[in-house]
Amino acid sequence: MSETLETTYRDALRDAIREAMRADDRVFLMGEDVGDYGGCFAVSLGLLEEFGPERVRDTPLSESAFVGADIGAAIGGMRPIVEIMTVNFSLLALDQIMNNAASLLHMSGGQFNVPLVIRMTTGAGRQLAAQHSHSLEGWYAHIPGLRVVTPATLEDARGMLATALRDPDPVLMFEHGSLYPMKGTLATDAGAVDIDHAAVRRPGTDVSLITYGGSLGKALAAAALLDQDGVSADVIDLRTLRPLDDTAIVESVRRTHHAVIVDEGWRSGGISAEISARIMEEALYDLDAPVERVCTAEVPLPYAKHLEEAALPQPPGIAAAALRTLG
Amino acid sequence: MTTKPAAHKRRATREEHRLGLLRTMTTIRRFEEACVELYSATRIRGFLHLYVGEEAVATGVLAALGPDDAVVSTYREHGHALARGVPMDAVMAEMFGKQTGCSRGRGGSMHLFDKSVGLIGGNAIVGGGIPLAVGLALADRMQDRGRVTACFFGDGAAAEGEFHESLNLASLWRLPVLFCCENNLYAMGTAIAKEHARTNLAARASSYGIESAAVDGMDVLAVEEAAREAVRGIRAGGGPRFLELDTYRFRAHSMYDSDRYRNKAEISTWKERDPIDALVTALRAEGHLTEESLAHLESDIGEQIARAVAAAEAAPLEPVEDLTRFVCSEEVEA
Amino acid sequence: MPSLGADMDEGTLLEWLVKPGDAVHKGDIVAVVDTAKAAVEVESFVEGVVQHLLVEPGTTVPVGEVMATFGETGPAPGGAPAPAVVPVERHPAPPVHSPLVRREAERRGVDLAQVVGTGPGGTITRDDVTRAAEAASALPTHPRPVARPTRISATPYARRLAEELGVDLATLVRSDGEPIRAEDVRTAASGAAAVPPTPEPEVAHVFRPDAMRAAIAALMTRSKREIPHYYLATTVDLTRALDWMHDRNRTLPVTERLVPAALLLKATALAAQANPTLNGLWIDGSFVPSKEVHLGIAISLRGGGLVAPALHDAANLSVADLMAQMRDLVTRSRNGRLRGSELSDPTLTVTNLGEQGVEVVHGVIYPPQVALVGFGRVVERPWAVDGLIGVRPVTSVTLAGDHRATDGFTGSRFLAAIDQRLQQPEEL
Repeated sequence: MSETLETTYRDALRDAIREAMRADDRVFLMGEDVGDYGGCFAVSLGLLEEFGPERVRDTPLSESAFVGADIGAAIGGMRPIVEIMTVNFSLLALDQIMNNAASLLHMSGGQFNVPLVIRMTTGAGRQLAAQHSHSLEGWYAHIPGLRVVTPATLEDARGMLATALRDPDPVLMFEHGSLYPMKGTLATDAGAVDIDHAAVRRPGTDVSLITYGGSLGKALAAAALLDQDGVSADVIDLRTLRPLDDTAIVESVRRTHHAVIVDEGWRSGGISAEISARIMEEALYDLDAPVERVCTAEVPLPYAKHLEEAALPQPPGIAAAALRTLG
Repeated sequence: MTTKPAAHKRRATREEHRLGLLRTMTTIRRFEEACVELYSATRIRGFLHLYVGEEAVATGVLAALGPDDAVVSTYREHGHALARGVPMDAVMAEMFGKQTGCSRGRGGSMHLFDKSVGLIGGNAIVGGGIPLAVGLALADRMQDRGRVTACFFGDGAAAEGEFHESLNLASLWRLPVLFCCENNLYAMGTAIAKEHARTNLAARASSYGIESAAVDGMDVLAVEEAAREAVRGIRAGGGPRFLELDTYRFRAHSMYDSDRYRNKAEISTWKERDPIDALVTALRAEGHLTEESLAHLESDIGEQIARAVAAAEAAPLEPVEDLTRFVCSEEVEA
Repeated sequence: MPSLGADMDEGTLLEWLVKPGDAVHKGDIVAVVDTAKAAVEVESFVEGVVQHLLVEPGTTVPVGEVMATFGETGPAPGGAPAPAVVPVERHPAPPVHSPLVRREAERRGVDLAQVVGTGPGGTITRDDVTRAAEAASALPTHPRPVARPTRISATPYARRLAEELGVDLATLVRSDGEPIRAEDVRTAASGAAAVPPTPEPEVAHVFRPDAMRAAIAALMTRSKREIPHYYLATTVDLTRALDWMHDRNRTLPVTERLVPAALLLKATALAAQANPTLNGLWIDGSFVPSKEVHLGIAISLRGGGLVAPALHDAANLSVADLMAQMRDLVTRSRNGRLRGSELSDPTLTVTNLGEQGVEVVHGVIYPPQVALVGFGRVVERPWAVDGLIGVRPVTSVTLAGDHRATDGFTGSRFLAAIDQRLQQPEEL
């Protein structure tokens, strides 16, 4: 058995960046306050000192320009990692992400691929209100040409970046803001992980709880509640929202015949709708109840703690939805 | 260095060079005229933005670049593609949406790409290519390549946030970008005075600490000279340069419009400054161009276009089974 | 008619700027055409002399239609030439019909492929459809298909299972209107095969205090948020019941002796059977009664927390059996070895906090049940019977009722029934 170390999600991300930068001179980190400040969420703390300002590059508050510049740099032979403080800010760079990063390869008939990794914070739960709390990864998962990954565990925080950097096309990595302080143990030799497949985080037989990112913990808590009711929940961590691992989703639903999708995004037109549609398309005749969805209430997220909590998916609500599917 | 034979040789080269500029501009003009006809006959579809009247800009700037340099262009880029050396057959086939097109029929008129000559689009988001050019320059700087990236955009783009963000970034990091603002006075149908509080675009670029100049974009020789000087400065490590190239499009924004936003007198005044006519006149005055050689040039270009159209007509379509190719790369890095 | 934009399918000629006999050069403006967006000047792509103008100003023609012919010389004497000789290839318009036309055709049962269009460029108009429909109505009509049988409501998986197991879904239609589920099909299939149902396995329920607290919090919050409770209470004289119990216990071994709770539960079950509107579940806005009375028994756990497993069909158990099953449930609850169905089946819950010394319990209903019965401590109190005061063992019985399902009248009749049963313990 390999040695383990106590670490956090934040440290695991930093170790992954450091390892990538040591291994490949083409890799560099760019974004607002990644250098002197150490990163808005302290992910890049200490990297400036090790790699210098050329490779840990503070940028002006110009999301569109620096994301676009990283796209250009990727085409020009570099392997940039760009950090955007929050998913809400990424909207200022949406033009570059969608119209350039995602489209150039196809538009050029296969001539220009964009090997770029864009990391950003997503999600609520920290009382940051309506301009720093949303979960828009589902939007990005709408776009052909992008890969969207959502590390929910220490292993994935440590291992997804290396694999993403090997991807010849743009990869968007969504880090749920509530996960940065998450503690746990990790093998000292932890490294690259697969980013093609979903994972069963808790096997069960009665109902599938399908989720990702910051909602994984809540789904696992709900599974514990359900256990008390004698209900055995199968908890699926999607890990990658684009391309979706249909096989894993369908395999679980075929076993349990009941499905609950837990997504911190909004319900209308969200990734939960997509997952539900795929279950209808591929596993309708295995369903013994309508698919349930537990999503964020359709409001811009409020500041007050009790309102924010009420707006977000919570374990009792997830458990109740699971029980509804079971009749 | 200035021995007589060399001087003589240089003079001959200069003359040939000017004839080459004329050929490039005329090729662009005739190519686009053919496109208009093909569009009217529905052989070309989609949007078709014509460069007629602005040929001196692409021709002059690209004459100043080396073969390893990079070019980022706009959706009005037939001229840049042809002047940069993308084969005409590949450009025409792209217009036809054929497999042999320079973007395999996936880009069309607005998205011409050719890696072999360093043409990175063909970008149809106004201002969208500017950050890209800055990033290409960043990669070149980080890898110590001596490459210059020429980035074309119009006066309309200068109102976009991406323009300002990118100029700031390029200047801040002293990156090797040649910003080429094709100021044709209209952002589609909106006159520059209705769009910019300050219409002196070169002055605005200067405010970011970028050495800038306004150039007569109807004079291919002036454009080329300004571009050569700018490229020298950039290669010497002086950071980005900005050229405002004052020009005019003789035709509509895209194929046809009713020109409600400008009057016929203005258009005919500019047509008197046709860059091709101007160069023809100059070459004739210098005795370097005869009626006969001009007719020969035209028929040569006409044949080239006819061949390109025939090849495009005959070219295969990309199979529909390949529809979703190039959404993701087909090879994964080891 | 040239294509003048990406979205142009047709154009209206506004004006000719040339006439037959005029010499035209490549690039000359020859006409003005109105597209959907604007009036646009049309240029000539040929050199020559105008021969014939084939389209009148004001006419709308599709893209590709010949508008004029040019020749080396002037127009030939005589009328316009046949379109067959025109130099521009005409692409036949694809058969695209307007949504209105398609809807109208569908409504009137007209096959558009059979309709000759009279609109611009041969397009089919609404009038063409009307004419075609009227022509068809002269022909004999087809009889309308017979009405389809009523659809059985079943989940997709239940449907598939029914097919696999050879179960006729029509025999499983539920009276509550809920869709037939896989479980219903399996039950029917096992019954049909005369196989005794396999006993449900006991599963280990490790009740973790924090998670359980969260579950109780969620459930009770939901109850108080969703259920409009009403509360009733009465005091019941237990003299007869306890006397009967003590008599009976004297003849029994210790392990089989009764406790008062067994009597209270049996009386409650019988009263519930007699008042079925309190025994069942509130689902999707309506009350679903239960045939059996599955009494949920609130059992507090040693580590904190609470479960309320079901005593199945309590009304039909003898008091002795009820007593035995109650003991078993308590033991298994505290060992964390309950069956899943015991946790999900209760139709009416009873809480007895008398052991803790309180006299009255005003309970909170377990959703989706519609009532909760509470028993307090058995206490000796001065009690008047037939005008004489004596000291008697009494207990308070309370009811928390869901006002959506029942009213206080039902509730009081129910409490009176409990009292009545406890006055006739030999009947329990």
